[in-house]
Amino acid sequence: MRAVEPQERYVGRAVVGPGRRAFLSIAAAIAKGFLRDRAAVFFSIVFPLMFLVLFGGVFTGGERAEIEMVRVGEITVLDELSSGAREAFDQTFEVREGEGREAAVAEVRSGDADVAVEMVGDTLVAHYTQTDQAAAAMTAGTLRAFVDGANVAASGEPPRYDFVPRRVEDESLQPIQFVTPGLLGWAVAMSAAFGAAATLQGWRQSKLLRRLQLSPAPTAAVVAARVAVTVGVALVQMAIFVGLGVAAFGLQLAGSWWASVPLLVVGTLSFMALGLLSGAVAKTAEGAVNIANFLVLPMAFLSGSFFPLDAAPPWLRVVSQALPLRHLNDGMLDVMVRGEPASAVLVPMAVLVGFAAVMSAAAVRLFRWEGD
Amino acid sequence: MVAIEVSGLSMTYGDLRAVDDVSFTVAEGEFFGILGPNGAGKTTILETVEGLRRPDAGTLCVLGEEPWPRNARLLPRIGVQLQTSAHFERLTAREQIRTFAALYGVDHRRADDWLERVGLAEKAATRTEKLSGGQAQRLAIACALVHDPDIVFLDEPTAALDPQARRNLWDLLRGLNESGRTVVLTTHYMDEAEALCDRVAIMDHGRVLELDTPAALVRGLDAPVRIEVLAGLVDGDDLRAVPGVDDVADSDGQVVLTTRRPAVALSWLAERDALEGLQVRGATLEDVFLHLTGREYRA
Repeated sequence: MRAVEPQERYVGRAVVGPGRRAFLSIAAAIAKGFLRDRAAVFFSIVFPLMFLVLFGGVFTGGERAEIEMVRVGEITVLDELSSGAREAFDQTFEVREGEGREAAVAEVRSGDADVAVEMVGDTLVAHYTQTDQAAAAMTAGTLRAFVDGANVAASGEPPRYDFVPRRVEDESLQPIQFVTPGLLGWAVAMSAAFGAAATLQGWRQSKLLRRLQLSPAPTAAVVAARVAVTVGVALVQMAIFVGLGVAAFGLQLAGSWWASVPLLVVGTLSFMALGLLSGAVAKTAEGAVNIANFLVLPMAFLSGSFFPLDAAPPWLRVVSQALPLRHLNDGMLDVMVRGEPASAVLVPMAVLVGFAAVMSAAAVRLFRWEGD
Repeated sequence: MVAIEVSGLSMTYGDLRAVDDVSFTVAEGEFFGILGPNGAGKTTILETVEGLRRPDAGTLCVLGEEPWPRNARLLPRIGVQLQTSAHFERLTAREQIRTFAALYGVDHRRADDWLERVGLAEKAATRTEKLSGGQAQRLAIACALVHDPDIVFLDEPTAALDPQARRNLWDLLRGLNESGRTVVLTTHYMDEAEALCDRVAIMDHGRVLELDTPAALVRGLDAPVRIEVLAGLVDGDDLRAVPGVDDVADSDGQVVLTTRRPAVALSWLAERDALEGLQVRGATLEDVFLHLTGREYRA
C-alpha cells in the first residue's frame, strides 16, 4: 500500500525562486545605490586615499630636510674640517652667510633659519630655537661632535674610541609601511560602519525594511546581500590602497600579506556590527552616521591608524587594547609589513569576532521597527 | 469566498487602545475601504492583517492562512503598498520594480509591463527620488502588483497628492480589481472611499462605527437633500410655502433649501423656470461621519 502524501496546499502560483535570486537582486540594488552616492564613495575611498597620499607621499620624503645654518663671520673650526667630516656636514646643513650677528639671530627667531653660528674667541656659539625640538637636538649634537672632532685633531693624538652608527630598522619602518595598513583599517572600519548604520536607519525610515519583510525574500538573503556589498567594498579599498602604495610610494609587502584578507573581512563584519548598533540607537539616518563617525574617528586615532602608538603614554596603549580597530591594525601591520607568519592574524580575528558578536547582540536588543 | 476574516482584533500601545475589538470580513474580489481620520487605527489594522504585527487579541485569517508569524505561503499572494514610498535609494524606476520583481521570482519583462500599465514607461530611467509624488505612488503600487497577488493592500495611496494626481490614481485603482483581485484600501478622504469602494468600514478611535456600501451608509442617514438656486429667480417666502421644504436660507447669492421630498420642490422650481444654476446635493459619507461621531470630520 502506498503511503498517502498529505495534499499540498494550493498556493496559487509557482513556488517563488530561491533566496539566491533575492540575494543577487538586493545586492545589485545596494551596490548601485552605493556607487551613485558620491558622498559615500568619497568618504570610503577618496578621503582615506587623500590621507595615504599625505602621509605616504609627503612625509615619506624619507630623509629629513637639511638644517638651514647662517654663518656670522669666520668659523675656523668648520672651515678646517677633514674631507670626511666635511661631507657629513654638508649633508646635514645648508649654509649661507649672514649679515651680522643681530640679523642672523633675528632670522632664527622668525623661523627663516634653523641655527646661526659665530665664533667668540675659540668658542663656537650656536643660536637656535626649541620650536623644532628634533632639529634643535640634531643641531646641538652635530655641532658638538664637530667641535670635539676638531679638538681631538688639534691635540695630535689618534682618537682612542671610534663610533660607527648602524641603523637597526630595515625598510619596514618607512612611513608608507606603517600608514598603509593603519589607514586601510580606518577606511574599512569607516565605510563598513557608515554603510550598515545608514542602511538600517534609512531603510527603517522609508519602511523599505517593512516592505522587504512583506516579500517572500528570506531575511538571510537580505542580510547577506548587505554584508556581501560591504565586504566587496572593503576588498576594493584594499586593492586600491595596496596597489597605490606599491606602485607609487614604494610599499613592500611581507610574505604573508594575503592573511590580511580574511582579517580584513572579519574586521568589516565587526564594524558593520558597530554600524548596526548605531543604526538601532539613532532616530535618523544622519544621526546613525554621526554616531558611527563619533565612535570610529577617535578610535582610529587611539588605535594607531594615523600615528604609531609607540610614543603614546602606557595607559593609552593599554586602553587601546579594548578597541577593535587596534587589533585590526596590529594584525594588518604584522602580516602586511612586519613579516610575521600568517598565524599572527588568528588572535586579532578572534577578538574581532567576539566584538562583532557583542555589538550585534546589543543591536538586536535595541532595534525597534518603528522609527518614529 | 472570504478573502480576509478579522474577528475581535485589538491592539494596544501603552495606554492607547489603537484598535478596539474590530471584526469584519472581506469577500474575494471586493474593493474594501477602511475610512477614518488620522489616528483612527486604520494603518494598525492593515499592518496586522498583512502580518507585520502580532495581534494582542483576536483572530486573523487571510486566504486561509494566519499572517503572523511571517508566513512564507501567504507572502507571495499579497501585494503591499506602504504609507511611505519604500524604495531602494538611488535606483531608477525600472531598476526599482525589477528588483522587487526578482524578490518574487518574476522576470524583467513582466516588471517592465507593469511600469507601462501604471503610465511610467517614459520615466523608466528616472531615479525614484526625482519622481513626483503621484509618480512615486504609482511606482509603489506597481511594485505591489508585479507578482500578480490575490490581495492588494494600499495604505493611503493618495495622501499628499494634488487633486489632479489623485484623480489619475483613482483611474488606476479602479482597474485593479477588474480581474477579480481583492483590494483593501485605507483613506481619510471621504470622496475617495465613495468613488472606489464596494464597502466601507468607517472608523474612529480604534473602533468600526459602521460598515456597509457607501450608498447604504448615506441612505441610512435619511438626510435631507439640499437644493441651491440662484437668488433673484425665486422669492424666499414663496419657497417656504412649498410642501416638504424644511428650511430656506440665503448664502452668497444662492438660495439654499432643504427638503426630504426633492421631487415636489424641483417640479415647483421647474414650473417657475427657475432651474438656472441649480444644484442638488444628497448626503455624502462626510455627513455620515458627522452623524456617527457628532463632529466635523478631521482629516
